[in-house]
Amino acid sequence: MKPTDISAPDYFHKVVDCQWACPAHTPVPEYIRLIAAGRYSDAYMLNWKSNVFPGILGRTCDRPCEPACRRVRVEDEPVAICRLKRVAADYKDDIKARLPRPAATGNGKRIALVGAGPASLTVARDLAPLGYTCVVFDSDTRAGGMMRTQIPKFRLPDSVIDEETDYILDLGVDFRGGTRIDSLKALLEDGYDAVVVGSGAPRGRDLDIPGRQEAAANIHIGIDWLASVSFDHIHSIGRRVIVLGGGNTAMDCCRSARRLGGEDVKVVVRSGYEEMKASPWEKEDARREGIPIHNFLVPKAFLHTDGRLTGVRFETVTAEHDARGRRKLVPSGEPDVIFECDDVLVAVGQENAFPWIERDIGIAFDERDMPEVDKLTFQSTNPMVFFGGDAAFGPKNIIWSVAHGHEVAVSIDKMLRGEDIAERPRPAVQVMNQKMGIHEWSYKNEVMPDERYMVPHRDNATALGNIKAEVELGFDPNLALAEAGRCLNCDVETVFTAPLCIECDACIDVCPMDCITFTQDGDEDELRHRLRAPALNPEQAIYVADGLKTGRIMAKDEDVCLHCGLCAERCPTGAWDMNKFFLEMTHAGPACR
Amino acid sequence: MTYLAKPKFHHPSLPKNAIGFTRRDYEASTSTLCAGCGHDSISAAIIEAAFELSIEPHRVAKISGIGCSSKTPDYFLGASHGFNSVHGRMPSVLTGANLANRDLIYLGVSGDGDSASIGFGQFAHALRRGVDMVYIVENNGVYGLTKGQFSATADKGSKSKKGALNSDSAIDLVSMALQLGATFVARSFSGDKAQLVPLIKAAIQHRGAALIDVISPCIAFNNHVGSTKSLDYVRAHNEAVNALDVMIGRAPITVDHAPGKVVTVTLHDGSELRLRKLNDEYDPGDRLAAMNFLQAHAARGQIVTGLLYVDPEADDLHGHFDTVPTPLNQLGERELCPGADTLDAINAGLR
Repeated sequence: MKPTDISAPDYFHKVVDCQWACPAHTPVPEYIRLIAAGRYSDAYMLNWKSNVFPGILGRTCDRPCEPACRRVRVEDEPVAICRLKRVAADYKDDIKARLPRPAATGNGKRIALVGAGPASLTVARDLAPLGYTCVVFDSDTRAGGMMRTQIPKFRLPDSVIDEETDYILDLGVDFRGGTRIDSLKALLEDGYDAVVVGSGAPRGRDLDIPGRQEAAANIHIGIDWLASVSFDHIHSIGRRVIVLGGGNTAMDCCRSARRLGGEDVKVVVRSGYEEMKASPWEKEDARREGIPIHNFLVPKAFLHTDGRLTGVRFETVTAEHDARGRRKLVPSGEPDVIFECDDVLVAVGQENAFPWIERDIGIAFDERDMPEVDKLTFQSTNPMVFFGGDAAFGPKNIIWSVAHGHEVAVSIDKMLRGEDIAERPRPAVQVMNQKMGIHEWSYKNEVMPDERYMVPHRDNATALGNIKAEVELGFDPNLALAEAGRCLNCDVETVFTAPLCIECDACIDVCPMDCITFTQDGDEDELRHRLRAPALNPEQAIYVADGLKTGRIMAKDEDVCLHCGLCAERCPTGAWDMNKFFLEMTHAGPACR
Repeated sequence: MTYLAKPKFHHPSLPKNAIGFTRRDYEASTSTLCAGCGHDSISAAIIEAAFELSIEPHRVAKISGIGCSSKTPDYFLGASHGFNSVHGRMPSVLTGANLANRDLIYLGVSGDGDSASIGFGQFAHALRRGVDMVYIVENNGVYGLTKGQFSATADKGSKSKKGALNSDSAIDLVSMALQLGATFVARSFSGDKAQLVPLIKAAIQHRGAALIDVISPCIAFNNHVGSTKSLDYVRAHNEAVNALDVMIGRAPITVDHAPGKVVTVTLHDGSELRLRKLNDEYDPGDRLAAMNFLQAHAARGQIVTGLLYVDPEADDLHGHFDTVPTPLNQLGERELCPGADTLDAINAGLR
């Protein structure tokens, strides 16, 4: 095998599974150590720099980091990374003095940002301190976009949104709330140097089945209904409610309905329970509130009498797999199921809608009526117009919008300085030795099996009685410390220096996970099978070093390494060392140019 | 050494043996030896051998003397019996234990100081009596605990870490064992587990006195240029005469690796040793030839390793004494004190 080039930033970055999985590449283990040390403000600022909305994301993130967490591979449940992020937000001091200052003088460039959601706000946060005049438009009077309108208050209180959107607006951003942009052409004619479209995926999909028109008064589109609840336009719902759909919006709908008078609320999903799009923890939250989920039922008709909804008829289906392993839902042949209800909430997906973008202003749209957007630069075919967040590639999550926003800001900063925006800045990387003494390391390397700690919840009676009462209470500092202790510090890397190695086998013998092998070289596929423990996870790299006296190679399977550093402690010559790998993405500003 | 206990986590694919234990179940406390010590590799080899043989830990007694090597029984087979005895007295303590309870597997763990100096007499007598044991010498050629003076197995002319030359002749424990009548004699190297683990397994299966002299480099005091017991020196001068597979029970599943004639030796309990010859002229069944071979190669500065001699028909001390099959410690008062009439009969027989 080719010896591993550990100086390539991607190599160790991939070993830090959580950071690699995070779209914004937040340095997770670093902030978890800060939380363990009680340095909540420092942990918050590290997050803020990377993901802009630590308090919001600490409550609502879809957490791509957690399934990637190494604890899953060596134990069972991942570290509660997301809820630890919230701890940093909850217990930090006043950090306003640590935020960037509004630019003293402008640089003369004006950027228009359509929509005040996470994508646009991230762009504004990155560009405003550099002297760009950022004008953010939103039809709502307050900033936040879908974070404010679609996420129920019992999951994300307004105070948290206010705080974190204000940090950005206070950077000298010109926020024009209550201003809907109806024509991109007109906006472009206003002489902006660049336009950012961060208008989300605002249209909830409808369900066109018999009875839809007749019973329309009691059939609501999920995200619109959630927005109305959020704006205090809706305060009640019928006693019996059916939520159609299996995503996170469906979970928000059913739990909201439960709080607005819905006593008999049920979720009905086409697919099986496991295949539902909703995050496992959101399904669990719904279950905890006594909301049943019915699977393998396809809605066939809304039933109604005298213009009033009475129920929904469903066809029962089963999942079948075709020759290529694709899942198909086929009628089971069992009789249809009828659920009676007073209201239906339709949460079967959402989509983009760009009626306000003229098709003759140089922005190409594909056959699905989505703008053609460059995956790297987020530039549309009109060089002045950039897309980010759900508006770019369809509905995803907040953290993706943030990641997009950073990239859009880099593109705009480079473009307006006359640089090639296709050339992307490399991340900033530091690698530092962590040895403090013969048996002392700068991190907690005493790794133990330890099950994930539960976040305390408000009791059901109180939670269901007030739609604005936050359900999750967050970790207290002691629980946070315990949970932070579960982090394996995957960013503290095993670094091997072959010329120092005397091949004494000490590291092989002491490694609890049998990660290390000294053997004859070979092809990767073959080598993976004859390591001390077979390395059967192709997603995880084999760290290979040559230059040993016996002519063998050192091969280390990164898959289940605990980063306990025992190899380095047992190494008599320092051939193994533990080095902290710290990677930060390069955002707009002098470093990206 | 390390202060950190080895985490309880293990690789998801860690296999279990016939009695449901993983290799990790045969581990014990964290080693306090110096980082890189060859002795820790030997401990790991013993753990591997016990795992592969599916030995029930309570059926093993590990007995040692004094020294770095004699500390190691604390670092393997934590659920087995142990006795850390007096300097050089492991063989007599082990002999006593073996006489009292012949059912256990006896691991005698010792070093070059413990066995070739203060305990040299004990070493000799345990082997010549044929005590059923695995006698492992963790041989590094120095007194590590007292900072690296030459031991009795240091080669004449080898150099200490400080540069002093050794003027004394070396004791070769393998040659001694052959001469003393040991019925299983092997030499190996802590840095070669592929060779060492099967040798330990075979020695455990063997009935009678089995000696394994394991060259175990002392990283702190004897791993420099001029030492003949350094990792580099042993690797450069290692002359392995054979490679070993140990087969327990029927239907061994092996792939015959590299070329070389395979010789099968069947032990008393039916288990098989398959020796793949690496040196065509070497015959591990010929004690006299083995002694000559060793001397000739030692004169050339080569370190002969492998299974050097085995007598598959060997008997042990209990056989020589014709003791009852039941361990003495399980006999009741009736059997042990059969009464005046029996004593009279014995006395009468001697008149």
